[in-house]
Amino acid sequence: MSSNTQSSNKPSTIDLVNKNLAKRYRAEKRFRGYGIASILFGLICLVFLFTDIIGKGYTAFVQNYIQLEVQLDADTLGISDINDPNQVAMANYMGVIKRSLRERFPEVTGRRDKRKLYALVSNGSGFDLRKQMEADPEILGTTQSLWFMADDDVDTYIKSYSKDGKVFTGRTDEMQQGWIASLIEADQVESRFNTVFFQNGDSREPEQAGIRGAIMGSLFTMLVTLLLSFPIGVAAAVYLEEYAPKNKWTDLIEVNINNLAAVPSIIFGLLGVAIFIGMFGMPRSLPLVGGMVLTLMTLPTIIISSRAAIKAVPPSIREAALGIGASKMQMILHHVLPLAMPGMLTGAIIGLAQALGETAPLLMIGMVAFIVDVPGGVTDPATVLPVQIFLWSDSPERAFVERTSAAIMVLLGFLIVMNALAVWLRKRLERRW
Amino acid sequence: METSTLFAFLVILMAAAFFLGRGRSLAQAQAAGGVRRLNSLPSYYGMLTLLWCGIPSLIVLSLWLVFDSVIIQQLLIQSLPADIRALAPAELGLKVNTIENMALTGMTAGAAPYELEAINTLNQLRGTSNTALTGLALLIAALAGFWGWSRIQPDLKARNQVEGAFKFILLACSCLAILTTVGIVLSVLFESIRFFSMIPITDFVFGTAWSPQMAIREDQVGGSGAFGAIPLFVGTLLISFIAMIVAVPAGLMSAIYLSEYANSKVRGVVKPALEILAGIPTVVYGFFAALTVAPMIRDTGTSMGLSVSSESALAAGLVMGIMIIPFVSSLSDDVINAVPQSLRDGSLGLGSTQSETIRQVVIPAALPGIVGGILLAVSRAIGETMIVVMAASLAANLTANPLEPVTTVTVQIVTLLVGDQEFDSPKTLAAFALGLMLFIVTLGLNFIALHVVKKYREQYD
Repeated sequence: MSSNTQSSNKPSTIDLVNKNLAKRYRAEKRFRGYGIASILFGLICLVFLFTDIIGKGYTAFVQNYIQLEVQLDADTLGISDINDPNQVAMANYMGVIKRSLRERFPEVTGRRDKRKLYALVSNGSGFDLRKQMEADPEILGTTQSLWFMADDDVDTYIKSYSKDGKVFTGRTDEMQQGWIASLIEADQVESRFNTVFFQNGDSREPEQAGIRGAIMGSLFTMLVTLLLSFPIGVAAAVYLEEYAPKNKWTDLIEVNINNLAAVPSIIFGLLGVAIFIGMFGMPRSLPLVGGMVLTLMTLPTIIISSRAAIKAVPPSIREAALGIGASKMQMILHHVLPLAMPGMLTGAIIGLAQALGETAPLLMIGMVAFIVDVPGGVTDPATVLPVQIFLWSDSPERAFVERTSAAIMVLLGFLIVMNALAVWLRKRLERRW
Repeated sequence: METSTLFAFLVILMAAAFFLGRGRSLAQAQAAGGVRRLNSLPSYYGMLTLLWCGIPSLIVLSLWLVFDSVIIQQLLIQSLPADIRALAPAELGLKVNTIENMALTGMTAGAAPYELEAINTLNQLRGTSNTALTGLALLIAALAGFWGWSRIQPDLKARNQVEGAFKFILLACSCLAILTTVGIVLSVLFESIRFFSMIPITDFVFGTAWSPQMAIREDQVGGSGAFGAIPLFVGTLLISFIAMIVAVPAGLMSAIYLSEYANSKVRGVVKPALEILAGIPTVVYGFFAALTVAPMIRDTGTSMGLSVSSESALAAGLVMGIMIIPFVSSLSDDVINAVPQSLRDGSLGLGSTQSETIRQVVIPAALPGIVGGILLAVSRAIGETMIVVMAASLAANLTANPLEPVTTVTVQIVTLLVGDQEFDSPKTLAAFALGLMLFIVTLGLNFIALHVVKKYREQYD
């Protein structure tokens, strides 16, 4: 470009371009490569995340059971009168199970070895036996061959055992492994679908722990959130789109909604602690309070999407309704809202899906308590699915890792269903003008 | 009566009011010579009666429910013996809690005589409150409903009044957003002011040591109670920085590729797939970070001869970055698509390659929007909680080394506030002070970002 290059053998423009062309094309290719690489990075992370969680969690859906010959004699159980429910409830079920274990492995002597032997079956086996006894009192005095849940360490060991290759021994020792091998050889170990996982509440024993309590807690919390946030959100959206005059107050409301949508969720938790629990004296751990906090959090999402849906209804419909004498309220209730409903429902489902996965604000208002009972209403203490995942992920037992992953799979399943529903609704019902 | 039963009763009363109001308007219309003599449709008269019946009683009901537990607790404390009342507030609160629990479960074994008495008082107070509430709510509903009903006349402008009420209810709902903001600001601000009255604000903002464990008793060992928040700020910034190093290039390049190169088929598949990443709950990322990524990084580090903590900032930051990729990419996608095609055509027409067009024309044109999007992503990273709670450490280290454990503002808020706590120790109040900082910073970032994005969007419209 400068003058002295022009004076000597001046290359023509086309030569200059051609000289650099290969380099520029290489740069073009590189740039494209960066784009593809970053997309691949995102997708690989996604696939890795899913395979990691499914790989860790799928084993939680089966549980190993151990078959034992249990002699249910009245003396050992301590039942003198089968019709006395108190006696049936308090009977020494663990005693007969322990005896049958001793009979199965008569070579075991010594207190410590026996204790290891008893640790083969779940701590909760006594309760399971009691349930069977209560269901069918006839079995008293007979010898039954019954299946009992394996303890979590044993269960983990058997699962890794049956997969061959590297065996995860965990907290089982060689003696226990020998017993397990002999049980497996005698066909006294069976793996079944883990119904307990879907029927029980939380427990300190991994094999007894289930997600029913957390799912019901999530359900009640979501119910409160839906019942509060949807009507309020739609009402606010209608006001802002149909009524609000253009003034400072309306601007303030809009700025507030946009900012609230981006406030970290944990701040809503602080609000819940200070206002609902500190000021109004509401009890902790209730789905009702959790639902209220999540309502405040999801409202901006619902308002924003509802406004978009209302905006999409063409003005001609409003004018037609007003023109034939409808009042403003009739115009909104009879024409605008029904037409905007699919869009608003989609927004509500997406907002709820967001609330379903939310953990931090619920930690603050005490939904992290260890709660065994399955909640029966919005005013029973409860925990929710994401918080249950958080609690289990903190537990040291190896068996909780697979249960945490399984709970994550259930949570993701719910989220996928909700989002698919939203997409389907949008496709099915949305009208374009 | 249970609150839910009372509520059901009120709903039934409201439904009855609707039909009574509608019936009366029809009867009056008949007397006046047909429905057309009415000012409004009969259902509007029903609606008006319903509103008269419902709104006053529902307001009373909700106010009562909000304040009754506090008032009952005060009355209960008044009824306790003088020596109990003289206890420190914390111990008194504990006593009241015990009494309430015993009243709830009915297990009074081992209760002191004054406690038994208090349980009785409590049950009595609750009973009285409940009866009074039931009576009052139903009475107000009936009286106000009757008054509304008796006002019905053919020339009553029911439609205008109902529409006015409707508009007012909508306005009230939209003001909830303002109330929420005010609630957040007040709750965080008041507790923070109490905190700063115990710990000077300069110690908090400029202090370099954080160990919030306070001695509860005078003679307790081990609780120094240092509240210097610098290590938390540094930890938060470190993790957010790592997250942005991952998310910004990956998100931006994906957005560029998807909007400039990919055909609609690829775009239709890849874009939703990437957005799945945004829909995964953060607790899942936390689990992934703590159980998969952190051990992986630690093992890789060990094999290279580095000592990596299993709660390293790197693991949390990396996973947080993955979470934010779709956030950055969809925001950048929007602004890149908003750049007019004519700019690209002009550049391509002058002979530049596609990547040159993107780098020298499209990106500079979209830059303000992209910066706004990145600021929003930063505020997202700073406020993110579950990933760091599960994968980052609790110990406050003042370090910029990503392989060492650091803690963040959100982690400390959660650890300080989870579990039972009283609202007057600096330990609890520190969480609110941290919350205030977090709120101010994220609000500031959002405000700037939204402003920049909005301004930019108008530029090409």
